[in-house]
Amino acid sequence: MNATPHIEARDLAMGYGDFVVQRGLDFVVNKGDIFVVMGGNGCGKTTLMRALVGLQRPLTGSVLFSGEDFWSAAEEDRDQLKRRMGILFQGGALWSSLTLAENVALPLREYTALTTTQIDSVVAFKLALVGLAGFEEFYPSELSGGMKKRAGLARAMALDPEILVIDEPSSGLDPLTARRLDELIVELRDSLGTTVVVVTHDLASILAIGDNSIFLDADTHTMIATGHPQDALKHGDPKVRHFLTRGGSA
Amino acid sequence: MDKAAWQLDARPAGADELLITLGGRWCMAAALPSPDSVTPRLAANVRRVRFDATGLTDWDTGMLSFLGGILKTCAERGIAADTTDLPPGAQRLLTMALTAPEQRVPGRNNGPTGISAQVGTAMIEFVRGMPAMLAFLGEIAQSLGRLMTGRARFRMRDLWLEIEEVGPRALPIVSVISFLVGLILAYLGADQLKLVGAQIFIADLVAIGMVREVGALMTGIIIAGRTGASFAAQLGTMQVNEEIDAFRTLGIAPVDFLVLPRILALMLMVPLLTLYAGFIGMLAGLVVSVTIFDIGVFEYYTETLRALELKHFLVGLAKGSVYGAMIAFAGCLRGLQCGRSAEAVGHAATSAVVTAILLITIAASVMTIVFYQLGI
Repeated sequence: MNATPHIEARDLAMGYGDFVVQRGLDFVVNKGDIFVVMGGNGCGKTTLMRALVGLQRPLTGSVLFSGEDFWSAAEEDRDQLKRRMGILFQGGALWSSLTLAENVALPLREYTALTTTQIDSVVAFKLALVGLAGFEEFYPSELSGGMKKRAGLARAMALDPEILVIDEPSSGLDPLTARRLDELIVELRDSLGTTVVVVTHDLASILAIGDNSIFLDADTHTMIATGHPQDALKHGDPKVRHFLTRGGSA
Repeated sequence: MDKAAWQLDARPAGADELLITLGGRWCMAAALPSPDSVTPRLAANVRRVRFDATGLTDWDTGMLSFLGGILKTCAERGIAADTTDLPPGAQRLLTMALTAPEQRVPGRNNGPTGISAQVGTAMIEFVRGMPAMLAFLGEIAQSLGRLMTGRARFRMRDLWLEIEEVGPRALPIVSVISFLVGLILAYLGADQLKLVGAQIFIADLVAIGMVREVGALMTGIIIAGRTGASFAAQLGTMQVNEEIDAFRTLGIAPVDFLVLPRILALMLMVPLLTLYAGFIGMLAGLVVSVTIFDIGVFEYYTETLRALELKHFLVGLAKGSVYGAMIAFAGCLRGLQCGRSAEAVGHAATSAVVTAILLITIAASVMTIVFYQLGI
C-alpha cells in the first residue's frame, strides 16, 4: 500500500456550543487505506465523521483533503471537495419519496454527462454490486433495514468517490450480511483504490478490514491510540485493549 | 494517446472471435459509448469475445456498466467471453455484480392506471376507510369512559401543554383573521342596509354573525390548519419512530396517552377562541361603523347588546366544541394511520387538514339547519 496522505486532521476539536466532544485530534488517512474510527458510545465518533464530511464545522483545527484545507476553502470549492466523497449514513438516509433507482441516479444525473440509458445501466450495476438487482423500482419503505443500508452504499458509490465514509456499516445487519458488506468495502478499495473511513464499534469488522485506526476516548475527550487495529489489540493502551477484547483480559 | 478521451474498437480476430479494444480514459465525467454500439457486432458467427485493455489509462463504473451490458448480451446469445485481459479490479467487480447471490424480488402491485380504475379504487379505499374511522371513534369513546371512571392512563401535564399550545399561542392569528372577517361583514352589511337607511343594523349583523356562525367557522378552519396538521405530523413521526408500537407493547392505549389530551385541549380551547373571535369581529364592526358610516360608539354598543341573546353565545360555544373535537379527531386519526416514511408524514398532515375542514363544513350545515328548525 502506498502512503500518500489523503485526509489529514490537524489539531481538530469538535463540539456543540461550550461542550467539547473531542479535541487535539491529529491523524492521517493514507490513500487506499481502510481507516477505522472506533470508541465507545457517546465518544464523538459520529461528530468526527460529520466534521470530516463537511456537515459540521469543527471548533478549531483543520481537515485537509489531498493537502487542501476543507474548512478554509470557498463555498464552491467545498462543494467540489464534497463531491469527491461518498457517505453512507447509519440508517441509509435514502430519500423516501424516490425509488432505489432514482436514489442512486440522482447524483449521476446532476454531475455526469451520461445519457439516461447509461445512467440506468450504471444504477443497475451499482445495485447488482450490493446484491439488490431487480429492486430498482422499490421505495425505501418497502425494504428491510439491511437492504436499505446496502442501497445507501450503492448511492454513496454512485459517483465512484475517492473517499467513502461509512457510519456504523454493520449496525442492524446479521453477521453474514455484515461480513458481505465488509468484503464489498475491501473489494471497492482494492479495485477502485477508494480510501475508506469507517466509523464503527463492531469488533469483528474493525479487526478484519482496518488498515489503520484511531480510538476516541469519551473520558479524556481525545484520541488515545492510533495505528493498525491488530497492533492496538496487542500493544495498545489498556483501555483500547479492554475495548477490543469486549472487556476481557487485556 | 489523448488522455481525455475514450477509445473503442471491435473487430473480428479469427473466424469466430471478436476482439474488443478499450483505450484511453473511460470515466463517467465524460459521455461514454453505449453497449449498443458493439452488440450488433455480436452476430451469429461469433462464438468468442476477447478484450484488450492495454491502452486503458483510467476507468470507473462507466466502463464497468458498458462491459456489463456486453457480457449480458454475450450470456444471452451463448457467446463465451474472456475477461482475463481486463484490469484485475474491473474483473473482480464485474464478477461480483454479475454473480451476486440471487435475491427474490417480491411481486408488487403498482395499482390501476386507467382514470376510471383510479376513481373506482379511490372510492373503494374511502368506503373501506369508514370502519377504521368508526373504530377510532369507538376507541375515543372508550377512552373517555376510562377518563370518567379515573382509569385512563393519561398525564395532566400533557393536557396543560396542549392547552397552552392550542389556545394562547393561537391568539395572534385568530385576532388578525377575526378582525378582517368582522370588517368584511360590516362592509357587506353596510352596502345592503344603506339601501333602506338601516345602517345601524350593521351591529346586529356583525354581532349575531360573528358569535353564532362565522367566529366558530373561521376559528375551526384556522385551528384545523394550525393544530390539526401539527397533531397529524407529531403522531405520524411517532409512528415512523415506532413510538406508537412501544406504547402498544407496554399495554398502554395510544388513544389514552396521546389522543385524549389533544381532544380535550381542543374541545376546551376552540369554544373560548370562538368567543374571542366573536369579540374581535364585533370590534372590527364598531371601528368600520364609527369611522366610515358615522354611527356613534354608544349607539353601536346598545344595538349590539339588544341583538345578542344568551342563546347566540351558547350556539357559538357548542359549534366551537364540536369543531374542536372534529379537528382533534381528524388530526389524531390521520397521524395514527400514517405510514413509515417522511412522505407519509406529509400525506398525514395534508389529509388531516382536508378531513377536518370537510367534517367542520358538514357539521356546520347540519347544526345550522337543526338550530333553525328548533328555533334556537
